[in-house]
Amino acid sequence: MTLALRLDNLSKSFVVGKRLFGAPKGIVRAVHPVTLDVEKGETLGIVGESGCGKSTFARLLVGLIEPTTGSIEIDGQPLNNADPAAFGKKIQYVFQDPVSSINPRKTIRQIMVAPLKHLHGMDSAARTQRISEIFATVSLREEFLDRYPHEFSGGQAQRIGIARVLAAEAEILILDEPVSALDVSVQAQVLNLLADLKNKLNLTYLFISHDLAVVEAVSDRIAVLYFGSVVEIGRADDVFRAPRHPYTKLLADSAPVVGRPLTAPEGKETELPDPLNPPAGCAFRARCPRAIDRCIKEVPDLNGDNVQLAACFNPLDSLVHA
Amino acid sequence: MRSFFKLLFRNRLAAAGAVVMAVVALLALATPFLPLQDPDITKTADRFIRPFSEGHLLGTDHLGRDLLSRLMWGTRLSLAVGFAAAIAAAFIGSAIGIVAGYFGGRSDNIIMRIVDMLMAFPYILLALAIVAALGPGLMNALIAVAAVNVPFFARNIRGITVGIVHKEFIDAAKLAGLGHAKTILSEVLPNVMPVIIIAMSTTIGWMILETAGLSFLGLGSQPPQADLGSMLGEARSALIGNPHTSLVPGFMILVIVMAINLLGDGVRDALDPRLKSGALSRPMAATLVDRNRVPAPSANTNAILSINNLQTQFHVKDRVYKAVGGIDLDINPGECLGIIGESGSGKSVTALSIMGLVASPPGIITGGSVMYDRKDLVGAPYKTLRSYRGDKIAYIFQDPLATLHPLYKVGDQLAEAIRCHHDVPKSEAWASAVHLLKSVRIPNAESRAESFPHELSGGMRQRISIAMALANDPDIIIADEPTTALDVTVQAQILALLNDLRRERGLAIIFITHDFGVVAQLCDRVAVMYAGRIVETGETGNVLADPAHPYTKRLIACVPELGGGRRKLAAIPGLPPAVDKLPDGCAFADRCDKRRAECRSGDIQLRLSLGRPVRCLYPENAPAVRKSA
Repeated sequence: MTLALRLDNLSKSFVVGKRLFGAPKGIVRAVHPVTLDVEKGETLGIVGESGCGKSTFARLLVGLIEPTTGSIEIDGQPLNNADPAAFGKKIQYVFQDPVSSINPRKTIRQIMVAPLKHLHGMDSAARTQRISEIFATVSLREEFLDRYPHEFSGGQAQRIGIARVLAAEAEILILDEPVSALDVSVQAQVLNLLADLKNKLNLTYLFISHDLAVVEAVSDRIAVLYFGSVVEIGRADDVFRAPRHPYTKLLADSAPVVGRPLTAPEGKETELPDPLNPPAGCAFRARCPRAIDRCIKEVPDLNGDNVQLAACFNPLDSLVHA
Repeated sequence: MRSFFKLLFRNRLAAAGAVVMAVVALLALATPFLPLQDPDITKTADRFIRPFSEGHLLGTDHLGRDLLSRLMWGTRLSLAVGFAAAIAAAFIGSAIGIVAGYFGGRSDNIIMRIVDMLMAFPYILLALAIVAALGPGLMNALIAVAAVNVPFFARNIRGITVGIVHKEFIDAAKLAGLGHAKTILSEVLPNVMPVIIIAMSTTIGWMILETAGLSFLGLGSQPPQADLGSMLGEARSALIGNPHTSLVPGFMILVIVMAINLLGDGVRDALDPRLKSGALSRPMAATLVDRNRVPAPSANTNAILSINNLQTQFHVKDRVYKAVGGIDLDINPGECLGIIGESGSGKSVTALSIMGLVASPPGIITGGSVMYDRKDLVGAPYKTLRSYRGDKIAYIFQDPLATLHPLYKVGDQLAEAIRCHHDVPKSEAWASAVHLLKSVRIPNAESRAESFPHELSGGMRQRISIAMALANDPDIIIADEPTTALDVTVQAQILALLNDLRRERGLAIIFITHDFGVVAQLCDRVAVMYAGRIVETGETGNVLADPAHPYTKRLIACVPELGGGRRKLAAIPGLPPAVDKLPDGCAFADRCDKRRAECRSGDIQLRLSLGRPVRCLYPENAPAVRKSA
């Protein structure tokens, strides 16, 4: 298997309260060191709650922000975005809010032309033909090309966003909450479109979402993020059905499911850890029903069998791999 | 562009300014071709001739020069210098602002501190210093006026640019292979252009005044060349004896600056998107009601709230959006009723219509009634509505950060909600506020009451909103997507809390959501909405297990459920119809794979299908279908 993405010890810290002289007020570690491989043609789902570092992680991968430590390899070569035209052909990004990711003052044609012109240097005739091809692939009508973004609904705008990304012909797509701004009936259309495109064009997806069911429905593997770290990673079929990390179990139990009685799965007074003042040891310790003494002192690493790894000293028994 | 002019000319003052300015500009342009006397020929014998004399319509000045001619040439020059200065200042200032805002960080810091230093000088002092360094002359006055106004543009445009640079489409442009220069020119500039034009239109009058001021001091145009400022300066000594020499240029300055400022304000109002969207037109205290006939009170006396054939429309220009097209709902005491639907299905407008909270204009309630406490809330006097709002019927909204006031402590806001309806001393209200915080399970309620909304997490803030809704022990709470903005673990806590509270207090809840999982866990009954109407209502368990309307069935099918593994989702093709262009017959027909010709005509009523009202001619659970299956 060839690797599409290889992340080695990748992390990002933000400096908070910069001052002209002296040390800044604090440092927030948005992404703790992550080591991760993504195979070609795979869909890796990434779930986590707000503030867990999902979006920072995604923006690192497409070079929109610089990592603090570690390295990113794309297709076996280190990330290099010095030449935006070369970089854009390798990896692309689908944004969460389809409307704000399209320049409101440009027509759809101008938006579609940009990647074709700047990444592939196509001439006008070639561009027109390619745009027709892409629009046919994502089932958009060509009459849309001369309209402005505000004339489109969320679902159509997201199709346009996907069309623009396809124009770049990158093989790796980072999908950052691509359907969470959409209605459920439209969400299913877009998810199915993404699945079709992947099969047809042999794409690799990194699918980021807070919606467990959506991630489970589209992914091969799932990584669960908590407080900037990967706490569990495993096959999509197993992670929520037989979680090993207590946090994954909490997530799975919290999702509203038809036919399950309403109970709060954890105490009513828990609060998330403060990123400016992170707790020692495991970040989930204060909310964890299975915490042991060791969790206070040490930060757990990912471990387990090769299929399902959890960063926990006292993991739940995995039903599948016990 | 046409809509811009339409908006501009709706403002009468701006239109008047535009007309005056057009006349002045035309005259200035035509000056060389008009049969005027030479403005610079002196004839001391004819000095100080009064206006309306023969040969000199506006009289002459202290050197006997024709004032009309000097006024025309002077206006021409003053306008040219003012416009040139404005364009130069706008160009340089905006360039600085865009660069500072786009690159941010250190370059932003350095550039903006230099701009701040320039701004620290009083403008006239700075202009004088520049002219003193360069020497007097019209060109140097222009440079001085432009330089003085650069910081204004730089700061303004930088602020706008910073807002735009963080938008996702800028990131998208970078990923599409655009370099910095191209990104600035093709992505940032078009979006700041309206602001540049607005800033120019409001400062150009000021710049003409400043140029005139420098010329008045003798630092601008040099004799014998005329501009409005120097004419005024030369006439100063004859102010008492021959006031017409000062009045003529003074009046022209007044006319020009007035006209430009009126026009500039008009341009700003027409271009500003917030003004365009009507954000500054204040909605009325209660939704307008315009019913053809007042319906008879409903027969159901058990219900605590009874909505009958409620219709709410939005009238925007010549379009009519039928957001709510006739809703019937009864809520029984202590019941939790779910309203489920996609965006634009009219669920929120229904909820807001109950208490007359739909913004008017453009919203109008055009029919139906809402019976509460044997009164019809639709068309009730504002005083009645106000006494019920928050007291008998309370709301919880989606975004607590938007509904809580950012500058008041949450305890004060809760106390205010109580004191609005009950005349209790402040200390007592505060004590009740703390008690309320405890009842929504907020830890350390005493100290949390002293917090400001931004100091609390999203889940905590939503608890505060719930506490506020509970403040006056209402009969009904209307919760509009209260957990949509929250994380799943927090959502589970909030839902459990609402469920406990309603059982403890016997509250009736109307719960609006798009999530079937939430409905299933919390609601006794559910109403499914599509295109402004209810398509199906019934016991939650029955509706979910055995949906009767094809829309309900397919909506349930297209939501992935946890534990289902990797799969293809059963998407519903197409989009819901726009509520200003509703089709005849069934609104879902276009997307329904069971549609027949009959579905396309007439008004399809709710009819009973296996004991529940369903708006479908061929419901899924109809006995005939069962048999064949």
